[in-house]
Amino acid sequence: MSGQGEAMRDTATDEGYVTADGRKIGGVAMEMKNITLRFGGVVAIKDISFDIRWGEVRAIIGPNGAGKSSMLNVISGFYHPQEGEVIYKGYRRPRMRPYQVARTGIARTFQNIALFEGMSVLDNIMTGRLHHMKANLFQQAMWWGRANREEHENREAVEKIIDFLEIQHIRKTPVARLPYGLKKRVELARALAAEPSILLLDEPMAGMNVEEKEDMCRFILDVNDEFGTTTVLIEHDMGVVMDLSDRVVVMDYGKKIGDGTPDEVRNNEDVIKAYLGVAHE
Amino acid sequence: MTVFPDPSATLEETSIPALLARNARRYAMQTAYREKEFGIWQSWTWAETQAEVRAMALGFLALGMARGDYVAIIGRNRPALYWSMVAAQSVGAIPVPLYQDAVAEEMAYVLDHCGARFVVCGDQEQVDKVLEVQEKVSCIEEILYLDKRGMRKYDHSHMNWLQDVMREGRAAETRLAGELVKRTGELTLDHTCVMLYTSGTTGKPKGVVLSNRNIIVTSKNSSEFDNLKPGDEILAYLPMAWVGDFIFAIGQAYWTGFCVNCPESAQTMLTDLREIGPTYYFAPPRVFENMLTTVMIRMEDASPIKRRVFNHFMGFARKVGPRLLDGKDVSAGDKLKYALGNLLVYGPLKDTLGLRRIRVAYTAGEAIGPEIFDFYRSLGINLKQLYGQTEASVFITQQPDGEVRSDTVGVPSPGVEVRIAENGEVFYRSPGTFESYYKNAESTASTKDPEGWVATGDAGFFEEGTGHLRIIDRAKDVGKMADGGMFAPKYVENKLKFFPNILESVVFGNGRDRCVAFINIDLNAVGSWAERNNIAYSSYQELAGLKRVLDTIQEHVETVNESVAQDTMLAGCQIHRFLVLHKELDADDGEMTRTRKVRRRIVEEKFSDLIDALYGDKDSIYTETEVTYEDGRKGVLKATLEIRDARVFGQATAQMAAE
Repeated sequence: MSGQGEAMRDTATDEGYVTADGRKIGGVAMEMKNITLRFGGVVAIKDISFDIRWGEVRAIIGPNGAGKSSMLNVISGFYHPQEGEVIYKGYRRPRMRPYQVARTGIARTFQNIALFEGMSVLDNIMTGRLHHMKANLFQQAMWWGRANREEHENREAVEKIIDFLEIQHIRKTPVARLPYGLKKRVELARALAAEPSILLLDEPMAGMNVEEKEDMCRFILDVNDEFGTTTVLIEHDMGVVMDLSDRVVVMDYGKKIGDGTPDEVRNNEDVIKAYLGVAHE
Repeated sequence: MTVFPDPSATLEETSIPALLARNARRYAMQTAYREKEFGIWQSWTWAETQAEVRAMALGFLALGMARGDYVAIIGRNRPALYWSMVAAQSVGAIPVPLYQDAVAEEMAYVLDHCGARFVVCGDQEQVDKVLEVQEKVSCIEEILYLDKRGMRKYDHSHMNWLQDVMREGRAAETRLAGELVKRTGELTLDHTCVMLYTSGTTGKPKGVVLSNRNIIVTSKNSSEFDNLKPGDEILAYLPMAWVGDFIFAIGQAYWTGFCVNCPESAQTMLTDLREIGPTYYFAPPRVFENMLTTVMIRMEDASPIKRRVFNHFMGFARKVGPRLLDGKDVSAGDKLKYALGNLLVYGPLKDTLGLRRIRVAYTAGEAIGPEIFDFYRSLGINLKQLYGQTEASVFITQQPDGEVRSDTVGVPSPGVEVRIAENGEVFYRSPGTFESYYKNAESTASTKDPEGWVATGDAGFFEEGTGHLRIIDRAKDVGKMADGGMFAPKYVENKLKFFPNILESVVFGNGRDRCVAFINIDLNAVGSWAERNNIAYSSYQELAGLKRVLDTIQEHVETVNESVAQDTMLAGCQIHRFLVLHKELDADDGEMTRTRKVRRRIVEEKFSDLIDALYGDKDSIYTETEVTYEDGRKGVLKATLEIRDARVFGQATAQMAAE
């Protein structure tokens, strides 16, 4: 992935770790430092810090309303925290608009599918290539020079992703006609088309049946394995989270109550309380 | 008896690799293979194909592949997998293609039986299966795979990416080229070309050894029979382990030098078919049935005007189309109207189906419904039938142009002699007759006599006048009813299956006083009907148990009874009671072969409680059935099935009254 090399140099002092199944996890890609996010009087995220390392699958879990999606929106630049800072590739990230954040190599999928329903699968995924197109309006309109060349390059990249996610048979199908599980896969394809360094998945498994979940799990692992994409995911299905992720952040009422490997988190008392339910003062 | 001159005496090329070399000289720049990958049809000329096969063969040599080694190939139809077969032949090894949807245990038996040292897998899924059985099957030394995806983390000490093998082969060119030339040069017509495992409707699969002579002579004869030529196109989408695919996509393709097209994935087959527009096409009846069902379902949803135009011209085509195709006299007016129909209906329809350019299409394996057959013929598609089996390198009989009918399987193919034994069993002898069953001298001896006559296991007869062969049923399935009448289940089952609503049926009655039947409904056809009539259902099981569905099936059964009653010989085979099964018969549960033929004995054993109930007098039966899911796990299906009585006709009714 582009940009990954130089960032590794920036965090050269931090060497990362090796997972149980032998994957090498790199240095810190992004660090969230004391993030606090308020909406008026409501505090959605309260002084949270954690890091995301290159190449890992990082999960954020927590009960409903814990602030998981808000956290993801902070990472993707959709929300701007009132306090704290986001360190990305070794530098403090200034206030950016979401499209600017996307250009820095962060792509995402949405909890509620946000595809262009009337467009074909192929066209939807092509929109993910937007940041790789440099041709100006005139060139695009005239189909001249760069526009033509870029279209071919981008189509090739998109076709590789279509092949990877095994959706060849629906390439020309309008998204509106697809079942839910496939729409989710198309969303993942569009996010991948941007060739992100960090991929954010907001409940990629919600509302799927067992078979679709298994497929999705396999694709997430394959993406991580094949492209080395760092993945941050929010998920409710505990089985999925524990199987997929290298490290887990647990949130409850906007606070971080746990952080570590799936096993550590599973045995964390605060986490058990949050999930089994304890009276909050 | 006619003595045929030995056709192999004049052959210059005595192996598939030799044919490849000839094609690379003769048709160097013509397209040999196409595969849709990344949304584009990638193509290879014959010269490029030769280079790829050569690199692969050198790579195999570098890995230590020896003469006479067995190389298993598992995966969907892809050029590189076809090349791996030819590359294996080039170094003197024997390719053994396997069914890719076989579960691990089935695979273990075959891999162990042939003693495969090398296994070439299409993708991770197949590699996983091979690794799973590797503990039991100790002969496997090297695993090669084509699709790299997901393979990064595997232990590669005895595993290779096919591209790496080819790269190594190219690098070792100077060192190994001499050896390769020597090995390829050694191949004669008597060397084994390929070993194919028959799916076996009974017992364990048997390895059919086919020599270069079998394959090449058969390919030559059959290519000439249908006048195949370079520039023809086929779509290779049927299992590579099936003899037909080997003959069409390798034998005939290398003999004639036509182009083999591989679809992008199994799901895109119909789209790819349309994009390629093959000129030579093979499909089992089921595929043609599905296509027709799809067309009919879509026409139901079309606007009334379109529907009327369609129905009018299709009715007309049924009368005139087949006659036109057979070159019989047709009045000028009818010709003109057919041309109009072609412009409005037939042409666009053929185009949608991807069958516009078809010169020759074959169907075989099962009987095809006369209506389905006539539908395609009336569109002007030259659909013909052939009769064959693995042991014959496919061809036993086939229909010549102009003599095509739905109820015969044609005249003996060129070079093939056919005779009918006294008990009605069909025997044949041909240059394509297999060498032996691998490691099974007993079966070889009982199937093939010293003079080379092979028992087909099918009962049939030659029609007087035309000399066409008609097949009645499997010889061992033909039995007697308790009253001495003939019992031919297939005959009745086929009549049932010709209804679009019925996918599969199994008739019982051997040695009994009356016949009963299991029926599988067609989920597509019945499901679409349910949708149009606002009938809710959530599963196959629920749909199959609906009263209105059962009523419809009962009508079908009674219609069949009425037509069976016309035949004095088989009138006793009318169905007295039937039920609609709660699950589809499935190869994963062992109820069908991988080529989707019903395994009668297994079905009979597995559902013996249901058969007892059919011969009893209850109206319903509760049953539990074990099912195997795609990932190999087992589950139990519970259901209460309704048993229906069907009306019977003619003789049989009289007999009932007498009892």
